[in-house]
Amino acid sequence: MNPIGILFRRELASYFATPVAYVFIVVYLLLAGVFTFYVGRLYESNQASLQPFFFWHPFLYLFLVPAVSMRLWAEERRSGTVELLLTLPITMWQAVIGKFLAAWAFVGIALVLTFPVWITVNYLGDPDNGVIAASYFGSWLMSGAFLAIGMCFSASTRNQIIAFILTLVVCLAFVLAGFPIVTGLVQDWLPQLIVDGITSLSLWSHFDAIQKGVIDLRDLVYFALMIGFWLYASAVVIELKKAD
Amino acid sequence: MIETRELSKRYGPITAVDGISFRVEPGQVLGFLGPNGAGKSTTMKMIAGFVTPSAGTASVCGFDVEAQPLDAKRQVGYLPEGAPSYGEMRVQAFLEFIADIRGLAGENRRKRLDDTIGRLSLGGVLGQTIDTLSKGFRRRVGLAQAILHDPKVLVLDEPTDGLDPNQKHEVRALINAMARDKTIIVSTHILEEVHAVCNRAIIIARGKILADDTPDKLESRSRYHQAVSLTAPNVAAARDALARLPDVDSVEVDPQDQRITAFPRKGKSIFTAVGDLLKAQGIAVTELQLERGRLDEVFRSVTQAAPRQGAKA
Repeated sequence: MNPIGILFRRELASYFATPVAYVFIVVYLLLAGVFTFYVGRLYESNQASLQPFFFWHPFLYLFLVPAVSMRLWAEERRSGTVELLLTLPITMWQAVIGKFLAAWAFVGIALVLTFPVWITVNYLGDPDNGVIAASYFGSWLMSGAFLAIGMCFSASTRNQIIAFILTLVVCLAFVLAGFPIVTGLVQDWLPQLIVDGITSLSLWSHFDAIQKGVIDLRDLVYFALMIGFWLYASAVVIELKKAD
Repeated sequence: MIETRELSKRYGPITAVDGISFRVEPGQVLGFLGPNGAGKSTTMKMIAGFVTPSAGTASVCGFDVEAQPLDAKRQVGYLPEGAPSYGEMRVQAFLEFIADIRGLAGENRRKRLDDTIGRLSLGGVLGQTIDTLSKGFRRRVGLAQAILHDPKVLVLDEPTDGLDPNQKHEVRALINAMARDKTIIVSTHILEEVHAVCNRAIIIARGKILADDTPDKLESRSRYHQAVSLTAPNVAAARDALARLPDVDSVEVDPQDQRITAFPRKGKSIFTAVGDLLKAQGIAVTELQLERGRLDEVFRSVTQAAPRQGAKA
């Protein structure tokens, strides 16, 4: 078996060996429910659509994904297992990707467990399941970008709290970059080209595009680049800081 | 086979390892001695491929650790300082993970797992999570992880640290049993361990090699080497008689237990002469011993020659 696969299995199993996984999944499902039904008013909207559900995902991820990503490398460095891991016959890339995929799969599992919401709208009405599938896919892609950012900050410190906060702040910046409040703020004094540049970096706008049901190659490339860049940065940071 | 050439590691202004060169052949068990912060661990981390050297090279079985890291790492079993392992995993799952990632498969995988679990007596704790194990067992899991793929080279950073005397004995027996065909480096600051497992010892301090010899030869550097020590009811008479022997350089009496030690002049043997003298003069002794030399004394005199620097190990 490929080292990435072996690492992936070990990492994923380790989530479920501690209460972390269960706490995360329960809190995630609770919050998703609250946002969808109370804040998003799914019932009152009288529309068979999961738009009120997916709308809140960036904000859910903002707090929950850093909680998953903060331990990825910080914990390995604190406990010294990073020395064990990186003296095994695997490359840095295999280690980074194995860990990332396990975390991504874990968030994916939590996301899949929201299926009762999907059943609900299908029971109540006749939603466009193609749009819902695209939205789920987009949401998962976005969580991957959050995780990749989080992995980089987890690699840069052995303190999980610091990793959590830095990840939250940077992810928040990437979400807000597409909001009119922010773009409006800089629109007046920055050239349009730069404003467009900032907007196009926003996780929000790319997620928004996909959750409307349009899977555009540009959005896929954006997420791929985003994840690739932050994973590469993670590998560089680990290489620099592993022995500190 | 392990070879280092002018291996160095600097952390900012601090030089942790300063141009270390040595070569260890199969069948050798090299004891790495030195005070805390001497650079022992850093050197081992560089050989294991965890720390990148600032200068110089390390190679394992002919593979350069930096240029061919995967080939080098396949040859090495490494026990990092403190024997870290994934605490939330069960022992069985952890060892299987290591076996998989080391590329063991099929019959060989099963055989290696059984052999390692047997050697380290881990059979009774396979179902326990590593966090719930005692320190001794955790250390054994770390050792198991290092020897699982039957590596040609073993790098063990303080393998007996924190173990009780029985566990220490077991780990030393394990190292001795594997010593015949492997190249082994063991770091320790327990000097008795050097005699128990090593056939070569390197003393390092402030990142430099200060001595490289067999444990016996190192001991012979001690001023206690070939000295004769005894206890006698009449301390004064025995001391004065010994001091008159021509080959005796000096006589010391331990103020605590009144043990008398006669030091020979350089290169002289005084054991027979002391025995004859005591018999001829009718001085009663309750015990008489030929000293081999004291490693701790050699260690101190070698490592304290210059002021220490605050480098991290």
